[in-house]
Amino acid sequence: MISSSPSILSPSRSDALLRATLRGCAAVAGLILVFIFLFLLSAAWPVLREAGPWRFVTDAAWHPAEGLYQLLPMVAGTLYCAAGALLLAVPLGVLSAVFLRFYAPRPLAVVYRRLVELLAGIPSVVYGFWGLVVLVPLIAAWQAPGTSLLAGVWVLALMILPTVALTADAALGAVPRDTLRAAAALGLGRWSTVWRIALPAARAGVLAGVVLAAGRALGETMAVLMVTGNVVAVPDSVFAPLRTLAANIALEMAYAMDLHRAALFVSGLVLAGLVAGLMLLAARLSGESAHASA
Amino acid sequence: MSGLESVISLNRSALEADAAARADEESPPFIETRGLSLAYHGTPVLRDISLPLRRGRITALVGPSGAGKSSFLNCINRLTDLAGGARLSGAIRVGDCDVLDPRTDLIALRRRVGMIFQKPNPFPLSIWNNLAFPLREHGLRDKAELAARIERSLRDVGLWSEVHARLRTPAQALSGGQQQRLCIARALALQPEALLLDEPCSALDPIASGVVEDLIVSLRERYTLLVVTHNLAQARRIADYTALFWLRDGVGVLVEYGATAALFAAPRQAITTAYLNGLRG
Repeated sequence: MISSSPSILSPSRSDALLRATLRGCAAVAGLILVFIFLFLLSAAWPVLREAGPWRFVTDAAWHPAEGLYQLLPMVAGTLYCAAGALLLAVPLGVLSAVFLRFYAPRPLAVVYRRLVELLAGIPSVVYGFWGLVVLVPLIAAWQAPGTSLLAGVWVLALMILPTVALTADAALGAVPRDTLRAAAALGLGRWSTVWRIALPAARAGVLAGVVLAAGRALGETMAVLMVTGNVVAVPDSVFAPLRTLAANIALEMAYAMDLHRAALFVSGLVLAGLVAGLMLLAARLSGESAHASA
Repeated sequence: MSGLESVISLNRSALEADAAARADEESPPFIETRGLSLAYHGTPVLRDISLPLRRGRITALVGPSGAGKSSFLNCINRLTDLAGGARLSGAIRVGDCDVLDPRTDLIALRRRVGMIFQKPNPFPLSIWNNLAFPLREHGLRDKAELAARIERSLRDVGLWSEVHARLRTPAQALSGGQQQRLCIARALALQPEALLLDEPCSALDPIASGVVEDLIVSLRERYTLLVVTHNLAQARRIADYTALFWLRDGVGVLVEYGATAALFAAPRQAITTAYLNGLRG
């Protein structure tokens, strides 16, 4: 016969406790998101009720004090900046991760990785400051006024480059060693091993890094605000100044009142929507890439 | 009592195997190591291994864990280079190729000597591309020839009937045994002359393991086969020759090598006797 003395915390009870704690933590994380959304919505509600959502895409311009709420130029500015930064940072970041994992001699790789980590630790306002005093005059010398889409793209690209490079490096490091050994044992070249085996295998991780970077690029405020010139217009060239949604909030929140204030919360809502849309797209993409096979 | 005398008194089949072995010895082995030593970052792993691997024969490598059996395999196709810090001395010959010559074309060498790992490691590609990718990489462009090679390799490993309808599906969805046979097919597609198999059955269930073992036996005539195994019964079933590696002062050494039947019937070293009887290792 088996008898056991009942302990204060039997395995099943500690298990139940753990489960409750974990559920609680998960609920808190989820609820925070719900509350932020509800808060944004309620703060934006006055203007959405008064003017209706369509005014934000049909109005002639963004003059919130006069009741004109056109947001599209800032949506375009945000998307152009983020897309341009990704266009520069993703190839650079992924290639530098490939270099780190497959080509760099070990001591160099260690130093290089540390450098990239340091780059990730620089505060965004420092990037903005550097952009303002170095990059903007350089571009201005080429084509005035200097504060421009191009400057925003470069500063953002530098800021998100470490995120892309480090996550891609980690994803490539997680490719099973056995797979790479199999490729070597078959006499496959290094480049084709990287291109056809390692990168496809690391695709999900690389994509996760790109999404993180894109989220940061869309939401980055100070650095972009400092170098893009704050002109509310759809940029017609890379040298044209612009304003992003995040910069819009930061610039006007200090003095905005009533419906103007509510309209800024609509900016926030749109920005959050952009990021959420991006996440959904990425989830769908990575889901597809997990099923599809080259 | 000499080795030969005990063979006669103990086992007739061992005597026959010994005779076959003597016939083998008249032709040079396809792969041969002489006084091979390996060290990683100054730590010796293998010392003074001289071993012939004969064409059309299966050689089994047995011995306790850590005795350098897998390291020995990695020397033959210079996969030791991957880890960095490996130092090889002595000599390895594969056909007419001097493996340790720095000018050796490793890609050509690895094409001649295929390798199968303990854990099946298909590429994260479709079944088709697992075979097509290495073939293309080695310069096979003709589509019809590519398809023919892939089909022949899959037939050789008995996988064709199981997968021909789903060649475009991910290889990693196959069962473990099927994956291992796919890896063997992938190696065979390059038409190598030798196969190095590193415990090819140990990660598989008994039935899949039996299938892979039969497959290895069926390849005997056409290739030079070297199989690392922990399974003495398996070595005895399939191998023409068996080599016992042992750990001496922390370094892997070759204790005994001979025709399998003779080695099992009348080992010359006390340590071999103990290992074969399950007393050591």
